[in-house]
Amino acid sequence: MSTPLLSVRNLQKYFPTSRNVGFKKQKLQVKAVDGISFDLMKGETFGLVGESGCGKTTAGRTILKLIEPTAGEIIFEGQDITKLRPGLMTPLRSQMQIIFQDPFSALNPRQTVGKIISAPFEIQKVTPAGGVRNEVSALMERVGLNPEHYNRYPHEFSGGQRQRIGIARAIALKPKLIVADEPVSALDVSIQAQVINLIDDLQKADGISIVFIAHNLSVVQHISDRVAVMYLGKIMELAKTEDLFTAPHHPYTTALLSAVPQPDPRGERNRERIILKGDLPSPINPPAGCVFNTRCWKVQEVCRSKTPELLTVGKSQVACHFPE
Amino acid sequence: MPRFVLRRAYFAVLTLLLVSVVVYGVFSILPFDPAALTCGQKCTPAIVEANRVKLGFDKPLWEQYWLFLSGIFLGRTYGAGSAEFTCPAPSFGYSFNENMCVSDMLKEALPITINLAIGAFIIWIIVGVGLGLLAANFRGRWPDTISTVFVLLGTSMPTFVTGLFFLIYVTIKWKIVPLSLSGYISLLDDPVKYFQYFILPWITLAILYAAFYTRFTRATVLETLGEDYIRTARAKGLSERVVLLKHTMRAVLAPITTSAGLDIAGLIGGAIITESIFNLPGLGRMTLQAVYEFDLSVVLATTILAATVVIMMNLIVDIAYGYLDPRVRMK
Amino acid sequence: MKNLLEINDLKVTFPTNDGFVNAVDGVSLTVAPGETVAIVGESGSGKTVTSLSVIGLHNPKVTQISGSIMVKDKDESLDIVSAPLDKIRGYRGRVVSMIFQDPMSSLHPYYKIGSQLAEAYLVHHPGKKEAANKKAIEMLELVGISEPQMRAREYPHQFSGGMRQRVMIAMALMNDPALLIADEPTTALDVTVQAQILQLLKDLQKKSNMGILLITHDLGVVAQVADRVSVMYAGRMVEQGDVDDIFYSPHAPYTLGLLKSVPKMGAKNSERLKAIPGQPPSLINLPKACAFAPRCEYTSLAPAGSCESVRPDLIGVTESHKSRCHVPEEKRDKLFAAEIKGARA
Ligand SMILES: Nc1ncnc2c1ncn2[C@@H]1O[C@H](COP(=O)(O)OP(=O)(O)OP(=O)(O)O)[C@@H](O)[C@H]1O
Ligand SMILES: Nc1ncnc2c1ncn2[C@@H]1O[C@H](COP(=O)(O)OP(=O)(O)OP(=O)(O)O)[C@@H](O)[C@H]1O
Ligand code: SF4
Ligand SMILES: [Mg+2]
Ligand SMILES: [Mg+2]
Repeated sequence: MSTPLLSVRNLQKYFPTSRNVGFKKQKLQVKAVDGISFDLMKGETFGLVGESGCGKTTAGRTILKLIEPTAGEIIFEGQDITKLRPGLMTPLRSQMQIIFQDPFSALNPRQTVGKIISAPFEIQKVTPAGGVRNEVSALMERVGLNPEHYNRYPHEFSGGQRQRIGIARAIALKPKLIVADEPVSALDVSIQAQVINLIDDLQKADGISIVFIAHNLSVVQHISDRVAVMYLGKIMELAKTEDLFTAPHHPYTTALLSAVPQPDPRGERNRERIILKGDLPSPINPPAGCVFNTRCWKVQEVCRSKTPELLTVGKSQVACHFPE
Repeated sequence: MPRFVLRRAYFAVLTLLLVSVVVYGVFSILPFDPAALTCGQKCTPAIVEANRVKLGFDKPLWEQYWLFLSGIFLGRTYGAGSAEFTCPAPSFGYSFNENMCVSDMLKEALPITINLAIGAFIIWIIVGVGLGLLAANFRGRWPDTISTVFVLLGTSMPTFVTGLFFLIYVTIKWKIVPLSLSGYISLLDDPVKYFQYFILPWITLAILYAAFYTRFTRATVLETLGEDYIRTARAKGLSERVVLLKHTMRAVLAPITTSAGLDIAGLIGGAIITESIFNLPGLGRMTLQAVYEFDLSVVLATTILAATVVIMMNLIVDIAYGYLDPRVRMK
Repeated sequence: MKNLLEINDLKVTFPTNDGFVNAVDGVSLTVAPGETVAIVGESGSGKTVTSLSVIGLHNPKVTQISGSIMVKDKDESLDIVSAPLDKIRGYRGRVVSMIFQDPMSSLHPYYKIGSQLAEAYLVHHPGKKEAANKKAIEMLELVGISEPQMRAREYPHQFSGGMRQRVMIAMALMNDPALLIADEPTTALDVTVQAQILQLLKDLQKKSNMGILLITHDLGVVAQVADRVSVMYAGRMVEQGDVDDIFYSPHAPYTLGLLKSVPKMGAKNSERLKAIPGQPPSLINLPKACAFAPRCEYTSLAPAGSCESVRPDLIGVTESHKSRCHVPEEKRDKLFAAEIKGARA
């Protein structure tokens, strides 16, 4: 088997926080990402799904070292970059890029589109053959923007077009890795499809590896080769997309899949739904044992005391004492 | 709650100490001999030296400071023998210019300033909040226009202009309010004279603040009226009056209380201009005079007093805010 | 009147500095007791503006409204568009209730949950404090909040998003309204919590036979809960029909495009998504044409030039299934059903 482009081992990110208890400040930690491991192959799209607050964004940013990890290892092309100083990170930055969720706040409103897309060249101090201007025009064309709009400002574009600008900026330096953090969540379905297709095409053409973060399961299923389901900072299940969606093993995955309504009224009428009780517990004080035990319908005594490891079940990796 | 108040009180005392040290320090750096300033026209070196000893300026700075501090709690005795006299606790020192214990001066000036501040506050809060509410409710219509004009005038006219205007026209030319020659009279003794004494200073002071509060209230109310929970209130079938006076006002109360508390605190420190124009012997005027005459004890006393009021008000405002906003309420 | 709600040719226009925004342009629909009618459409298509009109929440000074919105209350009915505000207020929260998209900001942060609920009752039953408090506890219990006595004394910030939406639902039901308008009630919530809330709404509807007007942009939610559906595009209703008609035999090209562009779970992921090209038009001074024409693939099947110059009417062979399109309905019916089948296979 070929070596992975990126290996993540036991990655942890705890944010310090505090809470007033009586009138004393108590120091606490938000366990945003709590020991996740996965490999990303060349040209692969790896989906990261989970509900709000489960640590997807934190994981994505930590992988790129936009946030310093608390513990764990990040190995990029065989090089351990976990403790790399910022100065030594800079040359690697051209090979890893990020696309943000919010197409409205991710772009500087005072810069022209041309300037925004050419920023990576400036930061890395490289001049593409044919000059920056030509390259940017070509990039705009590639992502479906009119190159004549080079001197326009972000507010003159719609949400979908802004997301295209973000994508053009991300692919400008021909990166090997892109973390796409909910790139289509803010878009309408008809526009969302355009952007997904664009990401799909670019990836097929350039062989980029993508970590695709989303909470919309259908989107993740459509675009990913493999998927990891996160809950409270941990990976609950990791499998090939097809396996995960056709034969989920973790009770949380099963519940999540059954909760997503499908645009198919007849199917919906006969569907058995697993409705989870209650809400997401706080990542400051996650439940002992299996973090899902407060909402799980298969919970047994052992789940409250012993943390399940991510183990192979069938073709998937599952962290559960009682996998399906 | 008590522990929280204690902690805050502890920091308050520290802050006050710091303030007093700074004021002491500033005055000791200034190139003046405090003792020389204490004696009048027929001054001889001998008198200066005598005064120096009498007031303790001969001692090292830290000792002077210590005497000042202990005086607050124990009272302080100056001079010796037949010339000996005592300023009882709380003593803030002795003013040679006035030949009085500073605490006695404060006792005279403080009621005037407090009456001035509270009276002005009542006027400005009623006018400001009322006008702001009207303006927000009738946005873009004539009450809004009137309030805009008022805000413009109120904020752009300096206090000494409005004050002088009132003094010259309302009192002297038109004689609507008689010139008060009797000096400060307590409300309980003679309400009519009391109001004659204070009404113009109140209005003068209130205009500026009322203008600020009109603008502030209008903006906050308008912002709140756009909130989702106001839409929810309307969807329940509540009348506009209840939506405005209950749901909106409740949300606007917390920020208004906060700034009102701090503004009053600021005024206790002295409304210098207003007091000067209307010749009110309050704290502000007293401080101003003391600064002119380098009367260290008085400046020190009023500064510490002002700082105390500001710190106390901050504490009160914080507690009130916690009470008004359940989201920050302490358990 | 048999229906709880009858909207007829509703038009809502906002005059702005850039021109007139035709936010809603000719919307008609009905809701009967026990029925869930969904309005779907993309962002900015006029869904919220329509729903706010039903309880008369637009500021009449800056909004031009025409058409009629008849709301039934027992034996009488009221036209919200022309009725005086006093009258409308008597209907709000009693005959028609509304829940909003963002449960985080829709509750007053400074009042206790219990008193906010009780207030909804007191508006229409003045002075009955005790009954109001009792009803508040009862409703909290009904929407699945445990220890309602205690939680009624708490403030909104002590509740999670899902819990707050339950509280909003409880508040909407304080006077047992006949009609509930839910504007994106689950959009701000996680899927597992969304499933809880949708289930709750269904259960409540079964108990009280209320009519629900559900506004959403999520076709999955529509498929799960709606009986009938209205699809909106650029302020206009482009198709209306039973839920099965809409999903299995859509008649409007826009509906078809929308259905095809959703990535489907369980489908092979190697296929490209069928996106609708282009973007929705600006609502300012919309031309007299089919608003979807610039993005439509089927204009060639319509009489030449009609799409670009004539605004199609909302018509249909059957009264229950209508659409706006110049392409003859027989042509569309077969073609679109086949396309949908193909996309689903
Ligand atoms: N800088 C920070 N300081 C403290 N806590 C943080 C910080 N950033 C994130 N968190 C917390 O960490 C947890 C995970 O956050 P994260 O943004 O990674 O979640 P997410 O899965 O991306 O959620 P969403 O779907 O809402 O974007 C949350 O509880 C969040 O409040
Ligand atoms: N008060 C207003 N003044 C001017 N334009 C308005 C006003 N309210 C809404 N609009 C415009 O009317 C159009 C329809 O808005 P509406 O809120 O109904 O959309 P929506 O379908 O609910 O969208 P979303 O899914 O984003 O909630 C939008 O283009 C919006 O900008
Ligand atoms: S380990 Fe236990 S609690 Fe966790 S998911 Fe499995 S069965 Fe449920
Ligand atoms: Mg995120
Ligand atoms: Mg809306």
